[in-house]
This record gives sequence, structure tokens and C-alpha cells, in this order.
Amino acid sequence: MADTVQFDLVSPERRLSSGPVKQVLIPGSEGDMVAMPDHAPMITNLRPGILRIEGPDGEDEYVVTGGFAEISANGISVLAEWSLHRGDVTQEHYDKMLKDARDAYEKAQATYQNDPGPVDDAAKALADMVAMGDHINLDPAVGKS
Amino acid sequence: MPSLKDLKNRIESVKSTRKITKAMQMVAAAKLRRAQDAAESSRPYTERFNAVMAGLSASVGDGDDAPRLLSGTGSDQVQLLVVMTAERGLCGGFNSNIAKLAKAHADKLVAEGKTVKIITVGKKGRDVLRRGYGDMLIDHVDLTEVKRVGYDDAKAIADDLLARFDDEQFDVATIFYSQFQNVVTQIPTAQQVIPASYEVEEDEADADGMVYDYEPDEQAILADLLPRGVATQIFSALLENAASEQGARMSAMDNATRNAGEMIDKLTIQYNRTRQAVITNELIEIISGAEAL
Repeated sequence: MADTVQFDLVSPERRLSSGPVKQVLIPGSEGDMVAMPDHAPMITNLRPGILRIEGPDGEDEYVVTGGFAEISANGISVLAEWSLHRGDVTQEHYDKMLKDARDAYEKAQATYQNDPGPVDDAAKALADMVAMGDHINLDPAVGKS
Repeated sequence: MPSLKDLKNRIESVKSTRKITKAMQMVAAAKLRRAQDAAESSRPYTERFNAVMAGLSASVGDGDDAPRLLSGTGSDQVQLLVVMTAERGLCGGFNSNIAKLAKAHADKLVAEGKTVKIITVGKKGRDVLRRGYGDMLIDHVDLTEVKRVGYDDAKAIADDLLARFDDEQFDVATIFYSQFQNVVTQIPTAQQVIPASYEVEEDEADADGMVYDYEPDEQAILADLLPRGVATQIFSALLENAASEQGARMSAMDNATRNAGEMIDKLTIQYNRTRQAVITNELIEIISGAEAL
């Protein structure tokens, strides 16, 4: 069994990371999951969260919002709608993401009053966003209005 | 016959025009490189995305419960054309080629008795389409302030389209943009984005033939990805457009610079001839004056 697998993290604007890795922690929409070499082929949605890569030369973390991950025999590719290296995410980025999530939540509440589905989804996205902020030590309270 | 001074002035003015076009050409060349890099770096995402979408939409297929973004509304009566052009002119036939294609498309649809609505992205396209197609224009997206198109710009356009689609304002959306081939060739292209159609590439589908697990299920993933797909297609169209615009401008300005050079050569010859004629004239006057004495 090979102990590394080809991994690609791409966003629409650029390729953020590419290379062999030992394992990747993917923030799937149904829960975190770790993909290691020879994982069964699968496709999962992403939720806002932290993607942790364990490569041959140590760990690396990226912040991702929506998107999806494809695990196949050729490797793991994560297609994130928006992604940055953890160290490059500033409070400013985070405030904007949080504000978008809050707006989406409010809008969902206003539009689908009798339908819990979309409201719950938006609430979950917001909660994911807050949890992610906690994890990377950015303050979810700032930017709240 | 223009006087010597007139000629001199004209030469000077053509020379300064040449300087401007030369500068514009070099600026366009630099911007082209950046635009090409941007288009290049978005490619891995788009390719992967389309491959996955092709697989997904093939497996969910044309079932009755397929999402509307994939199956359409069942009608093609109301057609929305999204015409993407540049914000600025002086780039050869770039803007008019896209507008021409869009016009032909609109004419054809109108002849078939369909309702046509047009949204323009970029000022130049709106200016052209306002004449004759003004009553079809329903909205305009202004990208004047945007220096470098980002995914957010594309997403904003896509969200707007999706909101209109949910609102049942149209049945089919087609985007018009220019595909970048190389500096001299840009191909005006029409591409249908809603309902989405993803082609399965034969060799790829057969090659691995893998069966994926889906988490959550295929339906949910497809419902999540289809709106993103619209944004992705618009984003890559915007990037292609940006590269095409700079490419077109570069070759247009290159032509202009060369023309200015030729004009300067011609004017210089004319200037020299006139100068000599004047000298000859003066000599004749002096000589005939001396003979008369």
C-alpha cells in the first residue's frame, strides 16, 4: 500500500496546493472525514471549515467554504469555492464571510418562514462559520451588527 | 498643396499618435499575460468540476425528479441572452463581433416567435445593442470598477441569473463571450448555461469507470453543485473574455502603430519634395532676377 496519495486543492481562481500527502482531513457536509491512500472513491460536499493536510513534511491547514471533494483512485481533489491558507485569513475576510452567512440566514428566515429546511441549512452554515472562527482564533463577535 | 508648416505639423501629430498606440499595445501585452495566467490557473478547477458534473448529471439523468436547473422548465419560450463585452473600446472587432453574434441569435429567436430578453455585461455591448434591441435590454452589469475579474464578480452575475430563473422570468439562458485562441484570433461563442448541459467525455468516462460513493446523496450534491456550475461557467467566460479583449487590443494597436509609421514615411517624403520644390523655386527666381538685370 502506497503511503502517500496525490492531493490537489483548487479554487476557481488558482491552485492552492498540489502534491503527495499522507492523509487529509476534509470538512464534509455530513461531518469531518479523513481520507488516506486507497480510500474508496467518493464525492462529498464541503461545509465551511478547516482542511488539514498531513504531508510528508508536516501538516498544513487551509480554510475552505463551500465546494466539494472528489476522492478517486487517481488522488484526492478538493474543489473549494473559496479557500486560503490558514495563516492568510484575516479578521477582515472572516467578517465578510460571517456577514454573508448572517445575511443568508436572515434572508432564508424571511423567505421560507414555514419551511424549516432552507432556514436550518443557513443556520448550520452560520454555525459552521462561527465554529471555524473559533478554531483559527478569529473573533466571530466583530462585525456583528 | 499643403504648405511646409502644415506638413510638419501633421507629421508631428501622427508621431504622437504612434507613441500613444505603441504604449497602448505594450500595456495590452502586459495585461494579456496577466489575463492568460488567470485563465490558466482557473482551468484545473473548471476541468475537474465539469468532469464531476458530467458524471453526476449522467447518473441522475433525465428522471422526473431531476433538478430544474438541469432539466429546464420544459419550455424554451422566454430566452435570456447574457452578452459579455469589454468596458472599453479601441480593441478592434472584439466588441462588435460578440454583439453581432448576439444580434444574429436574437433575430433568429424572434423570428421563431420567442420572447428575447438581454442582459449586458460591459458597457460597449450595451451601447451597440441599445440601437434596435433597446426594448429587449432588461439589465446591465457594470464592471467598470473591476480591475481584475474575480470569482465574486461571476458569482454575483450567476446569483442574479438564478434568482431570475427561480422567479420564472426566463426558460433558457445563453451567454455570449469571446473565446481566446491566440493574440490574433478570438472566437465569439454562444454557450447555454441554464438549463445546464454537461457533456461526458467518452475516453474519460470509460477509462476509470469508477463507482463513487456520495455523501449526502447524488441529488443533494447535484442540487448544491448546479448553481456553482453556473457561476463557474460565467467565471471562465469572463476570464476568456478578458484575455480576448487584451489580445484584440494588442493586435489592433499593433496595426495602428504600423499604419502610423507608414503614414509618417509618406508624409516625410512629401515634406522633402515640397521643401526641394520651394528651394528650386527660389533659385529660379534669383537666377531669372539676375538675368533681367
